[in-house]
Amino acid sequence: MLVHSRKGKWTAWAVFFVLFLPLFALPLLVILAASFATSWPGVLPAGATTAHYAAATRGEALQALVTSLVTAVTASLLALIAGTWAALAGAALGRRRRAVLDALFMLPVAVPPVVVGLAVLVAFSQPPFLLNGTRWIVIVAHTVLVTAFAHQSVSAALERLDPACEQVAASLGARPAYVLWRVKLPLLLPSLGAAAGLCFALSMGELSATVMLYPPDWTPLTVLIYAATDRGALFAGSALAVVLMTTTLLVLLAVSRVRTKASYR
Amino acid sequence: MGIRFDSVTVAYDGNVVLDALDLRVEPGEVMALLGPSGSGKTTALRAVAGFVRPASGRVFLGDRDVTDLPPHRRGIGMVVQSYALFPHMRVQDNVAFGLKARRVAKAEIGPRVAEALEMTGMAGYARRYPRELSGGQQQRVAIARALAIRPDVLLLDEPLSALDARLRSGMLAELARLHRELPEVSILYVTHDQVEALTLADRIAVMDQARLKDCGTPQELYRTPRTEFTASFVGNANLLPVTVGDGGVSFAGGMLKVDTGGAAPGARATLCVRPHLVGLGSGPNQLTGTVAEIQWRGSTHRLYVDVDGHRIMADLRELKEPPVHGRPVTLHFAPEDATLLTAGVSGDG
Repeated sequence: MLVHSRKGKWTAWAVFFVLFLPLFALPLLVILAASFATSWPGVLPAGATTAHYAAATRGEALQALVTSLVTAVTASLLALIAGTWAALAGAALGRRRRAVLDALFMLPVAVPPVVVGLAVLVAFSQPPFLLNGTRWIVIVAHTVLVTAFAHQSVSAALERLDPACEQVAASLGARPAYVLWRVKLPLLLPSLGAAAGLCFALSMGELSATVMLYPPDWTPLTVLIYAATDRGALFAGSALAVVLMTTTLLVLLAVSRVRTKASYR
Repeated sequence: MGIRFDSVTVAYDGNVVLDALDLRVEPGEVMALLGPSGSGKTTALRAVAGFVRPASGRVFLGDRDVTDLPPHRRGIGMVVQSYALFPHMRVQDNVAFGLKARRVAKAEIGPRVAEALEMTGMAGYARRYPRELSGGQQQRVAIARALAIRPDVLLLDEPLSALDARLRSGMLAELARLHRELPEVSILYVTHDQVEALTLADRIAVMDQARLKDCGTPQELYRTPRTEFTASFVGNANLLPVTVGDGGVSFAGGMLKVDTGGAAPGARATLCVRPHLVGLGSGPNQLTGTVAEIQWRGSTHRLYVDVDGHRIMADLRELKEPPVHGRPVTLHFAPEDATLLTAGVSGDG
């Protein structure tokens, strides 16, 4: 921090906590407190129980967590492949055509997820693309929603790559596919990791489009949380939310470790 | 294997960056492409490497027309200014990259990597990553990587410009040694540094504004440049505007005895005299003026003398009693030390 005096440092920390606590920490702390509570009669919760967690880590809830994980991992991988492919192809285009491609990939982020959900529902409810009623329609919707972030992240990383690396590799006799596999992708690995983490986190928390599409045998955890809070089971819903947050955080930490190892410079 | 540019023109969006280049690099020759930024020298190198496609003209490697070949099928080694070492690979993997890409037999890769690293003095660094090496060491690895594929043609694009002056001088000697060890490799060396070009090259192609201005051995270009641009870019030069007379030229109201080489009397020309060939005191072809500036450079003094509105440089062995600023001095030069330039004279119209 660029503040040297003791008084200045304390002031900076105070401002940080005044801004940070109400904005970010307080809502999360409320969810954490509620997940252990049996009632909330006043300012603070009352009673302490781990029963909500016992329920949140077995049966239907555990199944929903696995569903969320499988959906997020699959959608992130698909988004990473599609986004990276498009970014690599876009890098070979002219400035104007690349701008059009970027805009197309950003479009799903610019419209409400409900609209994307509806569009996916309409598009995949008729043969030959009949996915409605299957888990794949949820995965497709998540992929459409998060690909923009993968594409943006990899495009930005590609622009930072030294083109001389690719050119020298080619001059040494490496075919384009060999250059991609041995030089470009390894150099993009830190960005791919970051993009994967972002896509995963976004997919884990996605609800708006999911509620329009999910079949009964493919209920993600976010839907379960929404259903619990909707029927007034706030404490059970909070425990589910904490499980969702913790799982997401653990996966992101694991991804960031891979990313750190893959950072060469 | 030699390199031949056959009227090669490169243009970006209609903007010509290399204009009808005709140049031949003989097998085993070191050719320096020397010129300022934007002169087209790097574009010429990129045309050989296959990274730019000529709008017209052909590029040959030996007898093979490579104009339409992709870079990976040209069989050249290349070293660039930024070295472009692959940061995720150890030194040995960087050097082995070209061999693996070309599917050289596994048993052969190890010895060839060792040979290339030995040749560049980097054998002890094989297991290091590029980030663990200094700039000079990275440069050596880049050269080893290019040499490992045993190319017939080596392209060097400003390879020393990222190094400090002392390292650069050492690497110049290293490059000269490498070429002595690999006399069959043709080298195209792009630089804006005249010292590098003069030190390394068998011949120098001087480029400016997308065109080849001059081509010759370093000695030819230095001693008898054909144009003002060459004279000023290859070494320092005094360029004096003169008018051709009988048996000499007129300058600043006096006659100077030089070889006019059959130039028509009355024609305007430029007289090129190298600063180190100008002497202090009386002698042939005297010029009298006042000292505008004097610089001590350790083993030499450089004098800037104003003669009739023209500034003349003289590099003199360290003077025991250097002249004082503003004092009149007399300079001279031998007739055989001057070159009369009649081509590319400024103000020629």
